[in-house]
Amino acid sequence: MADVVVEQGRAVRARGARKGSSLRNALGRKSTVAFFLTLPLILLIVLLVLYPAFYSVYLATLNKAMTKFVGLSNFTFLFKRETFWMVVRQSCIFAITAVVFKALIGFIVAHFVHNIPGKKQRKWRGMLLVPWVIPPAMSTLAWLWLFDPSYSAFNYTLSFFGVGPIPWLGDTFWARFSVILVNVWYGAPFFLIMYLAALKSVPEQLYEAAAIDGANWWQRIWYVTLPMMRNIIAITTLFSLIVTFANFDIVRILTSGGPLDTTHLFATWAFQVGIQSSDIPLGACVSLFMVPILAVAAIFILRDVNKRGNEA
Amino acid sequence: MSRKTLTRRQFVAATAMSSAALITAPYVRGAYAAGKLSIGFWDHWVPGANKASTDLVNEWAAKEKVEVSIDYITSNNKKIELTAAAEAQAKSGHDILQMPSWWPQAYAENLEPLNDVMEPLLKQNGEVNGTVKYLGQSGGKWLAVPATPGSQIKGPCSRIDLMKKHAGIDVQEMYPVGGPPKVENWTMETFLKAAEACHKAGVPFGIGLGETTDSVDTAGAIFQSFGAELVNAKGDITVKTDQVRQAMEFYKKLIAFLPPDAPSWDDASNNKWLISGRGAMILNPPSAWAVAKRDAPQVAEQCWTHGFPSGPKGRFAPYLPYFWGVWSFGKNKEAAKSLLVHMSSPSSIEKFVAVSGGYDLPAYANMTKLKTWEEEGPPKGTLFHYPDPYKHQTLSIAASPAPPKIAQQIYFQATLTKMALRFARGETMDQALAWAEGECEGFMRS
Repeated sequence: MADVVVEQGRAVRARGARKGSSLRNALGRKSTVAFFLTLPLILLIVLLVLYPAFYSVYLATLNKAMTKFVGLSNFTFLFKRETFWMVVRQSCIFAITAVVFKALIGFIVAHFVHNIPGKKQRKWRGMLLVPWVIPPAMSTLAWLWLFDPSYSAFNYTLSFFGVGPIPWLGDTFWARFSVILVNVWYGAPFFLIMYLAALKSVPEQLYEAAAIDGANWWQRIWYVTLPMMRNIIAITTLFSLIVTFANFDIVRILTSGGPLDTTHLFATWAFQVGIQSSDIPLGACVSLFMVPILAVAAIFILRDVNKRGNEA
Repeated sequence: MSRKTLTRRQFVAATAMSSAALITAPYVRGAYAAGKLSIGFWDHWVPGANKASTDLVNEWAAKEKVEVSIDYITSNNKKIELTAAAEAQAKSGHDILQMPSWWPQAYAENLEPLNDVMEPLLKQNGEVNGTVKYLGQSGGKWLAVPATPGSQIKGPCSRIDLMKKHAGIDVQEMYPVGGPPKVENWTMETFLKAAEACHKAGVPFGIGLGETTDSVDTAGAIFQSFGAELVNAKGDITVKTDQVRQAMEFYKKLIAFLPPDAPSWDDASNNKWLISGRGAMILNPPSAWAVAKRDAPQVAEQCWTHGFPSGPKGRFAPYLPYFWGVWSFGKNKEAAKSLLVHMSSPSSIEKFVAVSGGYDLPAYANMTKLKTWEEEGPPKGTLFHYPDPYKHQTLSIAASPAPPKIAQQIYFQATLTKMALRFARGETMDQALAWAEGECEGFMRS
């Protein structure tokens, strides 16, 4: 009997010790520490991103009065609207054109900046980043004044050359041009800084080897720089595509979607439908429609990055 | 050193005694005995105008022993609409929230009925116009109380000199100070001819064709003066009618005489147009004139605010009232109602009008001949006809008389200006009407 008790006590102690050590082990594990360190951020994301995202999915399944569940009928309703498809088209035109120009300008300017020596480079880097660090709502207001129908500084300047006045925001072509221009102006520095960082990480020996092989500047870019920057280009493009697709402030401030809805993007039209016209479920549907488009883009781009990562 | 410990029995006894004392104690009226009240007001653009609201609220709070807190919410970028949407969703927020025109109808289910406030007010201040009833009432229930601050008529604000010189119209003679308007000839035809003449003279009328409210309000009044309704009061789509076609033809002719970038105008563009001296007329409340007084006094001296031209079906002027609503989930509804009565008294209304320099318009019939409008200037009397003292026009809102929840969408999607612009830019009448019909079908969702 006594043996049994002793045995039992030992067994309990052993279990307790095992428990304590496993907790210690768990806490000691790097992944656990990492989890606890990221926990505040995870909580923030859950609270500010996941909860609103799921809530908007819930809202999208309600009727206009938000009194009953209607399943996917808000989406099927949207598919029948001419304006919706126009917004889809415009969002694609806006995002793709803006990202292409941002990437191109960022790439070219990054090369220029890369070739500027030492201290001067730091100054140029700082100056070129200015558009990106000014809050876009504020800088877009300045652009609005430049495009203003009555006091446009652009038109004033053009008038000296006998050109204009150009209806910057009143004509479909010029309005689209203007919103894309402002987006490119704002976003190009992001590409610039990312590409500059990537350029700096390309080993100099590769260029030297290419030079020995007689490669000209174009061949150096095509066969050395671009392959070395591919992953950065892909990630930057994806990131920018997401942000540009979801753009709100530039269009809202410059054109409010006009003229004749021809500059509306998902976010601005969702706001007009959801908040201004008091149809929150339909507004939620419009904004949710960005998700599948961006998901497809993300899958393709990330798959490519992953593939190259494995090859490396 | 002794340490007294509290036994469980002693603790229970002490708690019971204190609770009994609290319950049986006589009610003492403290500084804030009637509770707290939280208010969200529209942030007035006229400097110092918010002070009138603050003073009136504080005056009432001191008398009623209520602790008040006021938030002034700007209407820029739809902050009030966003606040209303958030509070209606959360079922929590201000006790009183000032709302733009369409919002009482949009949140009808969440608003406290205010018949007990409105009925005595109507007896005291006179009837309200049809648009206030259309926007503020549902099924005989008053959803909100019309607010004086922010309510406005967007009638013509003309340049006296330019209209006389280029269009041969003496707006001061047509709308004399202290007398009824002489407007037999002030029709849509005259308006169009004047627009053409001013366009030829290089000072076109500054009428927006964008998607913001000023553009839509103008289109609404013009359509209504032709009897054109996209959706009628019963909720039937009535886009393809002769009246709508007539209104569209008129608009197409008018658009030819407007600035080429008018489709991109927002609510600030027409103000800037007038203040810069580039136009002979805009359709706006006297805010542009008020800014011109400060920034371009030579322009302000030539401004005259007056009534709308009449069309085949009458004379309509765009009217945009603000409302004070009380959430049904509010915590101090009785205090809220009491404050609304106080802020709608004739003396309060007079104060609102005076501090806003005549911009704010009371909705009540007996309150349209206040001294402020007669005396404001320069030129003296420029605002006399702003509140329509002789009731010679119908104060209306674009897209009415469609059921408000449909009309709100026609209004905010700017269907009227868009269809007119489509037609003017080369679409056939049938194409433009078919597009508008499709849009209206989409607005029928419930």
